[in-house]
Amino acid sequence: MFNKLLKGFVLTTFIFSGQLHAQEGGGILDGAQIHGNFDLYAQQYNRDSIIGAPIVPEKSGINAFTNLIVTKGKFSAGTRLESYMPPVQGFDPRFGEQPIGIPFRYASFDDEGLSITVGNFYEQFGNGLILRAYEERGLGIDNAFDGLRVKYTPFRGLHLKGLIGNQRYYWQKSDGIVRAFDTEVQFNEMFSAMESSALRFTIGGSFVSKFQQAGNSSLRLPENVAGGAGRFQLNYKNFGFMGEYAFIANDPTRDNKYIYRNGQGIFLSATYSRKGFGINVSAKSIDNMEFRSDREAGFNDLFINYLPALTRQHTYNLSATLYPYATQPNGEIGLQGDLIYTIPRGSAIGGKYGTTIQINVALVNSMERSYYAHPNADTAIALLEQQTYLPEDPKRLGYKTDLLAWGDEVYYRDYNIEIDRKFTKNFKLKGSYIYQNYNIELIQFKVSPNVEAHIGVLEGLHKLSRKHSIRWEAQALWTEQDQGDWVFGLIEYGYSPHWIVTVLNQYNYGNKVKDLRVNYPTAQVTYVWRAHRLSIGYGRQRAGIFCVGGVCRNVPAANGLTLAITSSF
Amino acid sequence: MKYFLTLASITLLGISSLFAQDGRKIPMVEIKNIDGSTFNTADIKNDGPIIISFWATWCSPCKRELNTIAEDFIDWQDDTGVKLVAISIDDARNMHKVKPYIDGQAWEYDVYLDPNADFKRAMNVNNVPHTFLVDNDGNIVWQHNSYQPGDEEELYDLVVRLAAGESID
Repeated sequence: MFNKLLKGFVLTTFIFSGQLHAQEGGGILDGAQIHGNFDLYAQQYNRDSIIGAPIVPEKSGINAFTNLIVTKGKFSAGTRLESYMPPVQGFDPRFGEQPIGIPFRYASFDDEGLSITVGNFYEQFGNGLILRAYEERGLGIDNAFDGLRVKYTPFRGLHLKGLIGNQRYYWQKSDGIVRAFDTEVQFNEMFSAMESSALRFTIGGSFVSKFQQAGNSSLRLPENVAGGAGRFQLNYKNFGFMGEYAFIANDPTRDNKYIYRNGQGIFLSATYSRKGFGINVSAKSIDNMEFRSDREAGFNDLFINYLPALTRQHTYNLSATLYPYATQPNGEIGLQGDLIYTIPRGSAIGGKYGTTIQINVALVNSMERSYYAHPNADTAIALLEQQTYLPEDPKRLGYKTDLLAWGDEVYYRDYNIEIDRKFTKNFKLKGSYIYQNYNIELIQFKVSPNVEAHIGVLEGLHKLSRKHSIRWEAQALWTEQDQGDWVFGLIEYGYSPHWIVTVLNQYNYGNKVKDLRVNYPTAQVTYVWRAHRLSIGYGRQRAGIFCVGGVCRNVPAANGLTLAITSSF
Repeated sequence: MKYFLTLASITLLGISSLFAQDGRKIPMVEIKNIDGSTFNTADIKNDGPIIISFWATWCSPCKRELNTIAEDFIDWQDDTGVKLVAISIDDARNMHKVKPYIDGQAWEYDVYLDPNADFKRAMNVNNVPHTFLVDNDGNIVWQHNSYQPGDEEELYDLVVRLAAGESID
């Protein structure tokens, strides 16, 4: 079956490209352009019980994606071929239900002020608090809609969007149908008097409704569930303010133990910046905001909305992949402050080339709740799970709380500082200190008190000549909890524009279990030619968590060969 | 065997891509200005070469590239009339930190937000950093993935040639 599919795909591609080169012919694709990209990640697995690498009977895994888009004037059409043979470890095994297929295809018409898409599409309303369909390949997330979308701008400054569709669920589609509408008013565009005003003002509102049959639950489940959101963004000279409030009417789901309580969330952000200085303060509070197109769905599946984590997205290995925060859509309250300052070049402290300092502080806590069914939260949750009538909670509302109810439980703390300085024309140094306090029981389901970790990082970059450079990283993490202390070292040699050679090692020297004080050496060679990149690596990969935007995926330990190819054309 | 055949076909497809044509126009996609208003990518224009660079606040090599170019960018502009359009793919988590970041680094670039990766997809970008060169007539003539020190010099050489009206193939 999939061979047929593949033949069809390859054939179509070649017919398309054939048409393109036959410029003299009278085909409908005359003057059309074909372009796309290709992305392959493959891993070979050796047995390695000491690091806890799972045994993979197939001994290898491959994830591959090919996008093709054909554009002609105002029309375009695209397909994505995906293959999992079988999925790389750490990706949901349900991707392997079909080794190869076309889960994404669309046709669209785009003109000034009007856009119509039939088939698959991604979409985001505002910050995404009530609706966001997106693809994050590295996380195995793709909740694309399959249906119809229209975007229309009847006059300057008024932007309307409407859509209807089912969402992607691995190789299947969601039971639930989503219907949504968004409107945005941009005052500076709409009123010519405001066009060049220093005051920039935009407001927007969304309405989202999902339908799913009730099935045979003992509860009377609502088949239609509505949600909505309102937002504004205001900029005046160096200042910026943004806010969005979202609401979901009663939506009993497996996530929330089938309570009929409404969900709500708020996200606020304020900014001030001028040349060399910038500050951002943001706050977020969410309660019962797991909004999915299937009330039985779990994990990262079938989310209609997106709740960003208000914490720094770390990039160094030890600060990014051991204790990264993941949003708790069921309920959390958080604050974040972010500051960047460049000490001017030429000053006594700034040095000849200037020095940049970044400071970031993030706090996330639980939400204070009092349950109706029982004063003890765990007992109340257990009672709700039974899905029976609770006389203390006849309306099944679950608990009482409000968006300002800051709870006692620490979910996450992150205080970090980064100093970046260029010492000479050819030498740069960056130093960071990071403190993390991480609720490992909540986020990784490990029975342990919160992990308190202190992390130090030094990174150096030496430009040896026009084409040759060396970059190195030295990292250390100290903690009394979980796996104890780590060190990490990396050296990367670059020969522009084609070659990069990287060697790295990490060592869990502080593990309380002596046998688990293990080294994880890895070497990798990368070749780049324009928009094509090939890299081959060999070594041990530490178990960790890979996150984008507060959504995470577990990456199991592995030992073996890796191959990555990306290409755009 | 089945897997092998499929893999071979995919690889072939990948290789065939190396010979695909350049020279297409910038696709028309609605993204955001820093102030939250709508910006149509068909309006990316300049009387000279344009560099379009996809980046994110969480991407170290991207920031390394754009900060390195920023040091000499005034000279680049004076000598070639080039314009740099930096497309941030930060989503709602970080997009409100983009303005403080670019002001904090004093970049002289045109910065836009692509929080749901619509423009990134239309330009077939797999991962960041990814850089495009557009000629005076609005044709995409060159693209490059990833960054390492020294790449900016190759980019600048190409910009100089484009500004002089030469073909860069």
